[in-house]
Amino acid sequence: MPLDPAFIGRSYPPSQPYDVSREKIREFADAIGATSPAYRDAEAAKALGHRDVIAPPTFAIVVSMKTNETVMFDPELQLDYSRVVHGDQNFTHHRPITAGDQLVSTAHIDSITSRMGNDMVTVRTEISTVDGELVATAKSMLVVRGEDA
Amino acid sequence: MSAAVSTEVGTELPALSVRLKRDDLVRYAGASLDFNPIHWNEKTAKEVGLPDVIAHGMLTMAVASRIVAEWIGDPGAIVEYGCRFGRPVVVPNDGEGALVEVTAKVTKDLGDGTVKVNINAAFDGKSVLTGAFARVRVG
Repeated sequence: MPLDPAFIGRSYPPSQPYDVSREKIREFADAIGATSPAYRDAEAAKALGHRDVIAPPTFAIVVSMKTNETVMFDPELQLDYSRVVHGDQNFTHHRPITAGDQLVSTAHIDSITSRMGNDMVTVRTEISTVDGELVATAKSMLVVRGEDA
Repeated sequence: MSAAVSTEVGTELPALSVRLKRDDLVRYAGASLDFNPIHWNEKTAKEVGLPDVIAHGMLTMAVASRIVAEWIGDPGAIVEYGCRFGRPVVVPNDGEGALVEVTAKVTKDLGDGTVKVNINAAFDGKSVLTGAFARVRVG
């Protein structure tokens, strides 16, 4: 059953704050094999003009994916999570995510389209500090494969 | 920012080869909290029609971002990064894993102190990320 386009424009409540730690950033940098000192050494990051160590550009997915689950598991939307494939991903960084940030994120359904039995859902997640400074925007296009696709 | 490298249109970034093995996928699953079993369990991967376990698309995307971060010096200069997930990177449990070869080139001066860098990530001779690009602050 195709997803209902009436959900386009729907916004979800903000997430609980996510505390960004130096340790989590280092763990993530290790997992992607990234060697930049700005991910590991606060002094090196400060020399580049950052407040503390910064996170790799795709680290925002750790924050946004949790928020996107509120969309994927919205009982009214009736999205079959077992058929979801990640179609595309985009991050805009208004500034890098930095250790010490407390981030809240809100998910918005920007579009729902159907093609050849598949549904395409674009979820935009706005990531801000608890003080309201916009830090990053993550856009995920999810493909819900149709029964016959 | 980092003035040590040329950011002229046409500049090719130093290429990057990254070998992804099963333990890398498990490590990324833990770090990213994406525990979808198609990224570590052969049985599940094959049940959903995949040839074998595949890397997280987000891992391939993250690995490909390194070419830009290592070139520009300050990863905070990457103000936008996007791609489509075109093909899966299949990671067999053979100790060899999969070799992802990343190349990139400055393609456009966007006129606002940023340049566009087009990124290609290839596995098995084929591009796995489609339309991958980064917008990088150079001014």
